[in-house]
Amino acid sequence: MAGATSEGGLDPESARWVERLSGSGRSRESCVRELHELLLRAARREVRRRSGTTPVGGRELDDVATQAANDATYAVLAKVGQFRGESRFTTWAYRFVVLEVSHKLGRHFWRQPRADLADEDWARLPDVLGAPPDHVVEVRELTRAVRRAVDDLTEVQRRVFEGAVLQGIPLDALAVRHDTTRNALYKALFDARRKIRAHLVANGYLGHEETEEVQGS
Amino acid sequence: MSDWSELDTFLDTDPADVGCDEAMRILHVYVDLVAAGEDAAARYPGVASHLRQCGPCSEDFEGLLALVSDPPSAGLRDVLRRKLRGDR
Repeated sequence: MAGATSEGGLDPESARWVERLSGSGRSRESCVRELHELLLRAARREVRRRSGTTPVGGRELDDVATQAANDATYAVLAKVGQFRGESRFTTWAYRFVVLEVSHKLGRHFWRQPRADLADEDWARLPDVLGAPPDHVVEVRELTRAVRRAVDDLTEVQRRVFEGAVLQGIPLDALAVRHDTTRNALYKALFDARRKIRAHLVANGYLGHEETEEVQGS
Repeated sequence: MSDWSELDTFLDTDPADVGCDEAMRILHVYVDLVAAGEDAAARYPGVASHLRQCGPCSEDFEGLLALVSDPPSAGLRDVLRRKLRGDR
């Protein structure tokens, strides 16, 4: 693999980063500046890459990049002692930038929510399900079946399904709204999908062969 | 019965899926393997499964892979500024 392994120690470039950041004095200060500049460039690149899928734009997008780079730099400095060389140092450091950008764009979603955000929109379901446009009756029946399955979900599963699927709200933005984590919402959505599939199979809307891996929750 | 392949995909759940926390915990390791042309999915099937199903984590994977594959280099202005400052 390119870079370092935990067995073989750090690759030379990663070792230089760790040594300088773990040191003191002017060498460390210079290295911290270098790290921040690197992470700022990475953050700007990442927000540009995502600019087509977020309502945030212009100067605000640059602010997101700056804040993400600042927070990622603090995180790297706080955790450099935990770096074990399982990847290149820069890959490890970039990961903090990417996760910060994700999180911050999720927070910004609620400052400029989409104008078309309805409470819930079952009309979106056929598109989500990839329903063939010439199967109007089947689509209507299937939508009703999914609604019945959704009624049987737990409150949390239903809330996440409605937000993520029917309203199309990004999971990170939903996590901010519900003061929870992406992982917690993903698990709720995972269970919701599994239950809905089981319901559709039990009622003959989906083939039976897929049910073998479905386990009750 | 119609072909509901997209519905199948949407509702598909893999018990091996490790979830967001675990996938993001080792994302840097996974991405370096991918960038090096190694079979990261074989080494970490639970992460691969998760990235196929989770849009936000997949987006993070794409972002990190893009940064690693084409690292953001210092612009001429940054290089000159550092030289003027006397940084190494």
